[in-house]
Amino acid sequence: MSITEILFFFLSALAIGSAIMVLVSKNPVYSVLWLVAVFFAISGHYILLNAQFLAIVNLIVYAGAIMVLFLFVIMLMNLNAHSEPQKNLWMKLAGVISGGCFLMVLVSLVRQANELSNKKALTVEGNIGLIKNLGKVLFNDYVVSFEITSVLFLSAMIGAIVIGKKD
Amino acid sequence: MPIQYYIYLCLTLFSIGIIGVLTRRNAIIVFMCVELMLNAVNLLLVAFSKMHLATALVADKATKVGTDGQLFVFFIMVVAAAEVSVGLAIIVMLYRNTHSVDINFLNRLKN
Repeated sequence: MSITEILFFFLSALAIGSAIMVLVSKNPVYSVLWLVAVFFAISGHYILLNAQFLAIVNLIVYAGAIMVLFLFVIMLMNLNAHSEPQKNLWMKLAGVISGGCFLMVLVSLVRQANELSNKKALTVEGNIGLIKNLGKVLFNDYVVSFEITSVLFLSAMIGAIVIGKKD
Repeated sequence: MPIQYYIYLCLTLFSIGIIGVLTRRNAIIVFMCVELMLNAVNLLLVAFSKMHLATALVADKATKVGTDGQLFVFFIMVVAAAEVSVGLAIIVMLYRNTHSVDINFLNRLKN
């Protein structure tokens, strides 16, 4: 096994294990911390695919900003394991079975797809994920959607303030 | 790395997100599972962009195929950040009115 494969399987195991721990944890604060671990593992996958810009953006936006926002809200509400609402066992079982059926159907679909055989994702080679290339395309071809994004952010900010305001 | 490995990994993460949405009643955990599903899709988009680059590099050494996929991931992250800010504001309002984050309280919306 090459070092790339070892890293891939390590990061995949970390991502899946942490994602399962997000569901299993009773305390919401622990769930947030496990989700941060998932995001770190996914950033590791981006670095492995040589998408360095997305790896850094993923760390800053998701693990940095969004997860801190979640932690703030949870600590503001003073949630803990005692106040956690629980579904009954049959509902949980039904959810797990339906999610497992979804996974099974899609995995069998991928196994039968002939188009995907012998296709490989480049892991170390290829420099399309560097900031230089992405910035050139972003500010030439996608500059309109980039500007519309700023309007989206402004409206989201105003919406959050209006909704969260005490009246 | 064969593309199937990435597809299986992302399908597993997406299914874990679906199971979380179906089995938990805490609104914040449900929201975090939605974020998990978004991230699974992002990882799959990056893997597919590198897959198309691998096939295009055979013909042309200086090709930039696959840049669009990575920019889509960037825009998905932007939209997710906007969505989280509004969604958490709604959850805070729900908590302020009902003193609970149980999503079953949202049943009252139907009357």
